[in-house]
Amino acid sequence: MKRVLDIALPLLVAALVVGAWQWSVAHWQVPPYVLPAPSAIVTAFLNNFSSLMTALLATFLITIAGFLGAVAAALVLAVLFSQSRLVERSLYPYAVILQVTPVVAIAPLILIWIGFEHINLALTLLAGLIAFFPVLTSTMLGLKSVDSNLMDLGRLYGASRWQRLWKVQLPSALPYLLSGMKTGGVIALIGEVTAEFAAGSGTASGLAWRITESSNRLEIATTFAALVLLAILGVVLFAVLSLLEWLLLRRWHESAIG
Amino acid sequence: MIRLDAIAKRFPNGVEALHDLSFTVARKEFVSLLGPSGCGKSTALRIAAGLLKPDAGRIDYPDGKPEIGFVFQEPTLMPWADALTNARLPLDLKHMPRGEAETRVAEALARVGLRGFERAYPRELSGGMKMRVSIARALAARPQLLLLDEPFAALDEITRNGLGDDLLRLWREDGLTVLFVTHSISESSYLSQRVLVMTPRPGRIAADIALPPGRDSRLAPATIEAQRKIDDALNKTMAA
Repeated sequence: MKRVLDIALPLLVAALVVGAWQWSVAHWQVPPYVLPAPSAIVTAFLNNFSSLMTALLATFLITIAGFLGAVAAALVLAVLFSQSRLVERSLYPYAVILQVTPVVAIAPLILIWIGFEHINLALTLLAGLIAFFPVLTSTMLGLKSVDSNLMDLGRLYGASRWQRLWKVQLPSALPYLLSGMKTGGVIALIGEVTAEFAAGSGTASGLAWRITESSNRLEIATTFAALVLLAILGVVLFAVLSLLEWLLLRRWHESAIG
Repeated sequence: MIRLDAIAKRFPNGVEALHDLSFTVARKEFVSLLGPSGCGKSTALRIAAGLLKPDAGRIDYPDGKPEIGFVFQEPTLMPWADALTNARLPLDLKHMPRGEAETRVAEALARVGLRGFERAYPRELSGGMKMRVSIARALAARPQLLLLDEPFAALDEITRNGLGDDLLRLWREDGLTVLFVTHSISESSYLSQRVLVMTPRPGRIAADIALPPGRDSRLAPATIEAQRKIDDALNKTMAA
């Protein structure tokens, strides 16, 4: 019953909002370039179906590529930091600087360096840059939070550095890594969209570009359709990462039990 | 089996944990290291295990370096792995073939009364059962010297007594040498053949009490008599 309510209640709210929206637009005759009716958004979506889907695919692929790259890089760096305090002290400040500098501010530079002819690579890099830090910090925290007695046990039984990392540290850091990935996955999408805006229209081919382009033409219904797709993409990314977390932790971690 | 000679240890925060600590544990002996909390018992045990380096003094193994099993105060299990995988850890680290290791570990789990729980995760086990996995893990490595750091301190009395009896049985069956850190007078009087009473910090041995035979139960007159002796020695140490 609780599960049914969990799904039914938000759907009911959505139906009420969309109904009220549709009615209000018709009742007060709001111009479509200010606020299109939900029915107009659906029509715009169907009319631009193939171009919106192409844009969705582009945004999706770039976000995923950036995100996976970020996870790989963050994992390697976090492991490196956990093995050498010297490396951590030398490099960590730069990881922080990279994170606190807003991606919109770095975007023009990256776009110039990589070149507009390789726009997708530049966007991937920007999406990855923003997703990198949360994965790095949470994985670092996980690698440091390992039970020191377990590490002692490893030493007692002659475990090599690699064995300790593989058998004890990495599994123990897994919940932290997955939590960092959930944050990282969602903000990789934000990074991708921001980077597309920074790249400007005419070069990128993703949903953010479709939003810029359609709003310039006052095709606000198409803008809304692209926006809805972006929101859905974000929710799906989050849901998939949450599912992955649940699958990997459900047998043993408190966060996934109950 | 193991001899600690004039061991001293000071921690980086300035606390002097051990000063001139010397004792010997002979082969197949069951020795308790008893003292008030904070007297450096655990530090001494970690030094004996080679987990901690002393600032001064020597550790000798007259019969050669033994295979050591260590049981912590907490079960110290890997929450992401089942009982079998947890107890297999020492063998995995030694690259023992999987099949051989699993047979050995299944046997160790059965000996501590956990047959049928091989695939259970730590969170599915009670405190006592988790401690049993921890003991099975120490046994799986077939140690000659078993070091235990207040292993039953966090358990209820019924569980603690059961585990104590199991430990005695394993010690007899395997011909183990046991060094058992505890702050329980009754536990040490029943389990061990000899009790080393430590002074408050900085810890060293204040009394070395050999316990007479005939302590077949926790309430046997010989056990009660042993308790009185240990209690006297402890009181003298605390008063000094």
